[in-house]
Amino acid sequence: MGIRELLTGVGWGVHPHNDHKRPAADVPLRVMPTPAKLCIPLLQHVGAPAKPLVAVGDRVLRGQLIAAAQGNVSAPVHAPTSGLVAAIGEVTAPHPSGLPFAAITIETDGLDESVSFKTVEDPFSLTPDEISQRIAEAGIVGLGGATFPSAPKAQLGRKHSVHTLIINGGECEPYLSSDDSIMRERADDVIDGVRILMHAVGASKAKVGIEDNKPEAIAAMRKAAQDFAQIEICPVPARYPMGSDRQLVQVLTGKEVPSGARTATIGLLVNNVSTCAAIHHAVRHGEPLYRRIVTVNGGAVAQPGNVLAPIGVLVEDLLAFAGLKSEPARLVMGGPMMGVALPHAQVPTVKGCGGILALTAEEITVVPPSPCIRCGSCVKACPMGLVPLELSAQIHAGEYDTADAMGLDDCLACGCCAYVCPSQMPLVQTFSHAKGEIWRRAQQKKRSEFTKQLAQARQERLEREARERVEAAARRKAQRAAQQAAAAADNNTPSEGAGA
Amino acid sequence: MNTQAISLQTMASPHARAANSVSVVMLKVMAALVPATAYAFYLFGSPAFWLWAITIAASMAGEAACLRLAGKPVKAVLYDGSAILTGWLLAVSLPPWAPWWIGVVGGLFATTLGKQAFGGIGNNLFNPAMIARIMLLVSFPVQMTHWVVPAGAPSLFDGLRITLGQMPVPDAMTSASLLGWAKTDMARGIDLLHTHLPGHVFDWNGARVGSLGETSVWLIALGGIALLYMRVISWHIPVTMLIGLAVPAALGHAADPARFMDMSTHLLSGGAMLGAFFIATDYVTSPSSRAGQIIFGLGCGLLTWVIRTYGGYPEGVAFAVLLMNALTPAIDRLIKPRVYGRTMGGKPISLKGETK
Repeated sequence: MGIRELLTGVGWGVHPHNDHKRPAADVPLRVMPTPAKLCIPLLQHVGAPAKPLVAVGDRVLRGQLIAAAQGNVSAPVHAPTSGLVAAIGEVTAPHPSGLPFAAITIETDGLDESVSFKTVEDPFSLTPDEISQRIAEAGIVGLGGATFPSAPKAQLGRKHSVHTLIINGGECEPYLSSDDSIMRERADDVIDGVRILMHAVGASKAKVGIEDNKPEAIAAMRKAAQDFAQIEICPVPARYPMGSDRQLVQVLTGKEVPSGARTATIGLLVNNVSTCAAIHHAVRHGEPLYRRIVTVNGGAVAQPGNVLAPIGVLVEDLLAFAGLKSEPARLVMGGPMMGVALPHAQVPTVKGCGGILALTAEEITVVPPSPCIRCGSCVKACPMGLVPLELSAQIHAGEYDTADAMGLDDCLACGCCAYVCPSQMPLVQTFSHAKGEIWRRAQQKKRSEFTKQLAQARQERLEREARERVEAAARRKAQRAAQQAAAAADNNTPSEGAGA
Repeated sequence: MNTQAISLQTMASPHARAANSVSVVMLKVMAALVPATAYAFYLFGSPAFWLWAITIAASMAGEAACLRLAGKPVKAVLYDGSAILTGWLLAVSLPPWAPWWIGVVGGLFATTLGKQAFGGIGNNLFNPAMIARIMLLVSFPVQMTHWVVPAGAPSLFDGLRITLGQMPVPDAMTSASLLGWAKTDMARGIDLLHTHLPGHVFDWNGARVGSLGETSVWLIALGGIALLYMRVISWHIPVTMLIGLAVPAALGHAADPARFMDMSTHLLSGGAMLGAFFIATDYVTSPSSRAGQIIFGLGCGLLTWVIRTYGGYPEGVAFAVLLMNALTPAIDRLIKPRVYGRTMGGKPISLKGETK
């Protein structure tokens, strides 16, 4: 136990001296004017991609369903504004590989005509199933970045009789303040969403964890929640990765989620504050999820701040709206700790995108890695209690099974280890590589076992057939012999008889 | 600017890094050594400075030669500062007026066989400075136990002549150290209650005989506290090492003061303080988990006491640290932090009692 752990109760994680959240967090929320083109990806969530319901040339309205959910874990997609469907096809995905994925491209008409939304006066008169259905129809997914569809999650919570909702207002990633912004400006929406979700899940109370570096958000949320005794606003220490569900659960309840299990198994369900606000809009106002608050930040951005932007807006349009004052050295979707580097700016934003960062060369100082000096900084920083330096050494030695046995699967890829490493070792990359390699080997093993089974089955079949052939031949032979014997007997009998 | 023109190289997260590097760590440790070293130059005069400079130069030369042989980048690795620190730590553990070749042999040995032979920084099993000190002590016992009384610093030039062996050290200036004195008297059958120690062996402010940078314990402790404050080291190893030494010393002294030295003598003499803050805390050769570090520290302290009390050599810090270095891989293998959501044994924690 370190001195910090004694003082704050939190021994893991990192906290940068400058988290770069301000001044962007303090700038009032801006609404982005509708861009000329939007690309709405069909896979913006965990699960099966949505299936397009429109054709090229169709006119769509704001809030119109343009692609339907497929399967149990999936989410539909809606048009963020009115316009014409220009294309249904591949666009560059927000992924470092720059590989394409399917999207519906809309040329907007600037009229912003909307479909009519089904409002509900009293959401608490609806049954939990009806609420889940409205959440599903609105295409809501976890907006903290995990993008798990919210409706099946709520159903899961009911199945496990979850008693407490954990509402994640941690927003521990440096630079980002979209959750902060929604709590400051739309606290009533968030609290209403929490109450609706409690009703849908059947939870009796909710705890909202907010990092103590957001005093304005804490004050606004306390004010919004003052009439609801079952909702508790809990300031938590500002320590990355506080926004990870496992860490937030540990700090707020003192419980640990068993390795490999979901939080629901211990009676808790974690949802993000922005997701709760989206649930409020969907259930009360019938408004699907087609826009969200995105933090545009980084040293290269001229006017950093939070922007209410349509989902599917191209990163280049978003950056043009906030302005660039210098050439960015790296574009990141998400936060600097876990976000993905973008190959260029012609990629659409997705539902889970809480921030776009245009970072300068000074902000991302790339230093070539040097050998590990076993300083143990990574061991102290790891929120999961892993020994990153040992994992990395095993992986570099090709000992994937040993790394797996040491708990590689428990790694969150939060990046604390790589952040503190004085040798600048690419630890997260090493672990991602190893996870992929272990997965590939498991698949290969499964495949070869399947092939073996098939080969064995074939062998057995051939043997059986051969055996059957031999048996059939033997049977036929015996039959023939019997027939011959019988025939011989027939021939002989009279003569015998005659002889007798 | 035109956002369409942006085309970038992508990299894995995280995209932010703490402003920390190996050379920054080494520089901080060196800065923490400055007060004790500077005071040693004042106490023991210019021979101490020359020996310090020669040892560091030899240590760097050894590192550079090995890097060149291995075809590795020489300049970049030398700049990380680890070879300088190794030389520095070795120098402060040498007798201040030791001849120049002690520094050269020790410095070369530390970085070549002590470090680069294992594969360079991060790969050595033993603390390079301590393994060099022990090699020198075993090979050249006369020169390595030739202590001088801090009195009258010779001029810079005379100092160089002493270090180079051109000017003999007058016998009146040499003396045994406290630990050495006590061990010799005990061996002669004089118990600790009857031994007569000259004043210059236990001036805790530092003006006493001893290794170059080990005599001013308070300045070393100050440097150690600075390292703790800068978060270069954590309290686990230094505190437990001092406890591991203090507890048996106190118990022994309480049981038989004629046979066992008291606790403060143990803590304040020899290399105990330097060892606790600067030697045992070496990242590469100590365990990486907190629990492992506590065991390592206690072991270093206890072994120091055992060697000082029962061993053939008066001082035991270097031996104790090397013995615990040898145990470090085993400690790291056996003692790991508990993984979140798992038991100490590595199984997922049970759900019983967890649901409402």
